[in-house]
Amino acid sequence: MAASHAGLQIVTPFTPSPILVALDSVGKTFANGVTALANVSIGIASGEFLSLLGPSGCGKSTALRIIAGLIEPTAGRVTWADSTDADHRSQIGFVFQEPTLMPWATVAENVWLPLRLRGLTKRDARDRIAESLALVGMSDFARAYPHELSGGMKMRVSIARALTLRPRLLLMDEPFAALDELTRFRLNDDLQKLRRQLGCTVVFVTHSVFESVYLSDRIAVMSARPGCIVAEVRIEETGDRDVNFRTSALYAQLCRDVSRLLAGSDAMEPL
Amino acid sequence: MMSAQPSKLASSRSRGQTVLRIAMPLGILLLAIAGWEAYVQIAAVPPYILPAPVLVARTMMADWPLLWASLLVTLETTILGLCLAVIGGVALAILFSLSRVVEYSLYPLAVVLQVTPVIAIAPLLLIYLPQDVAVLACAWIVAFFPVLSNTMLGLQSVDRNLLGLFELYGTTPAPGAFAQLRSRARALWILRRPAALPAFMAGLRIATGLSLIGAVVAEMAAGSAGAGSGLAYRMIESQYRLNIPRLFAALVLLAIVGVILFLVMAAISHLALRRWHESESGRER
Repeated sequence: MAASHAGLQIVTPFTPSPILVALDSVGKTFANGVTALANVSIGIASGEFLSLLGPSGCGKSTALRIIAGLIEPTAGRVTWADSTDADHRSQIGFVFQEPTLMPWATVAENVWLPLRLRGLTKRDARDRIAESLALVGMSDFARAYPHELSGGMKMRVSIARALTLRPRLLLMDEPFAALDELTRFRLNDDLQKLRRQLGCTVVFVTHSVFESVYLSDRIAVMSARPGCIVAEVRIEETGDRDVNFRTSALYAQLCRDVSRLLAGSDAMEPL
Repeated sequence: MMSAQPSKLASSRSRGQTVLRIAMPLGILLLAIAGWEAYVQIAAVPPYILPAPVLVARTMMADWPLLWASLLVTLETTILGLCLAVIGGVALAILFSLSRVVEYSLYPLAVVLQVTPVIAIAPLLLIYLPQDVAVLACAWIVAFFPVLSNTMLGLQSVDRNLLGLFELYGTTPAPGAFAQLRSRARALWILRRPAALPAFMAGLRIATGLSLIGAVVAEMAAGSAGAGSGLAYRMIESQYRLNIPRLFAALVLLAIVGVILFLVMAAISHLALRRWHESESGRER
């Protein structure tokens, strides 16, 4: 039975090795005085799928942007295991909640953007673009414009774009929140496959308990005002994450436990 | 087969709508002209008060060489004024987007230039500048601002997250003002330029109409000095000579020029945006 080798375990600051990137007492207070994050410390292990789960406004997106270097923390620091400040950017792929495609450009041109910014011409990037589109199953739509695609297809393009640089770390900011449930399920499954195929590390921001349990190796539960991590949950399911897992008693149990943690997060002390 | 039926029906319905959209205003126009002709004939209105449409048409044909030459003068001023407005407006908008300091120092002056009625500036320009340059300057002044403000708006309308991606995937700019400027110029070319296109096109359409108005206003101001030769000058001249049919003929020509310019701009806008922008792509489907 699946339950025999899987289970829920609440752990105190958990640091599997080797660490790819670590947040060390990171805090962010915006210019208007709002403290979005306070004293967040977490290590992201190479190859793991980590979800940041919390209510809206708990600073999970801010944490993600700090990891990406899009905003600077006002306290603490972000440490990369084996790269200097300049070259870790090339190891990051970022997916926003919105597909954030350029509406004037075709699907292929959108996927080209990161490569273009690295100085590759469209011709030189052609193989990489085709490869990335194939990964997300969008090869037939290379010449389409974003307005011709459905929400799920746009998100696939957005993921393809994030993958063109073959990042070691994929940062995803509630990427499937705006999609209908069936599309979300399908994209969850595809994301699993992609991750297994590419072996990249993923930090996934979500407010969905179900999604986080389905996808993650580890869930960091956050509380709001100011945002901090109050619990970490390890999902030790080593079997396939598929419809069997989604309908298993274990999955239901895990969701229940994580939901309880999330509901009580406001009363919990920061880790 | 089943699906062909409704689509054929839909296409014939949409074609019917297109015909209706052209036929209806045309019919109303013809009706108004007929009513005008009838009124003038029945009430025996003298042509120096209100010439009948047939007389206006006959005058237009009789005076065609004169009117055509004047038309070309006005058209040249309008298009040249518009071109200069586009060059100046776009250049300034780009400059503003690259440098806040320049924007803060120059934008208020551009607003002052815009809000001052051009009819009030025209006589001054006619004193300081050669007459043809003054007319051109008037057309430029009124057409300039919509291009500037719309292009500015467009350049700022890039998705912030896209700019974030740009920052993430672009190579980290080396410290120094020049490197930063280069990085901004790159974002301008790859992101802001295409994002600004729809707003720029809207500005261009407004500017085209305004440029014609500016040219006419300036010609009228200059016309009273007796040195003009554009269509507006012909109108003033006809008014003084009580040649009201010719005044009407010139007016009709001006209206036609305005409509043609509008259609040309709409076509340019359509060609530039039809592939991706809702304002143009929605109409086809």
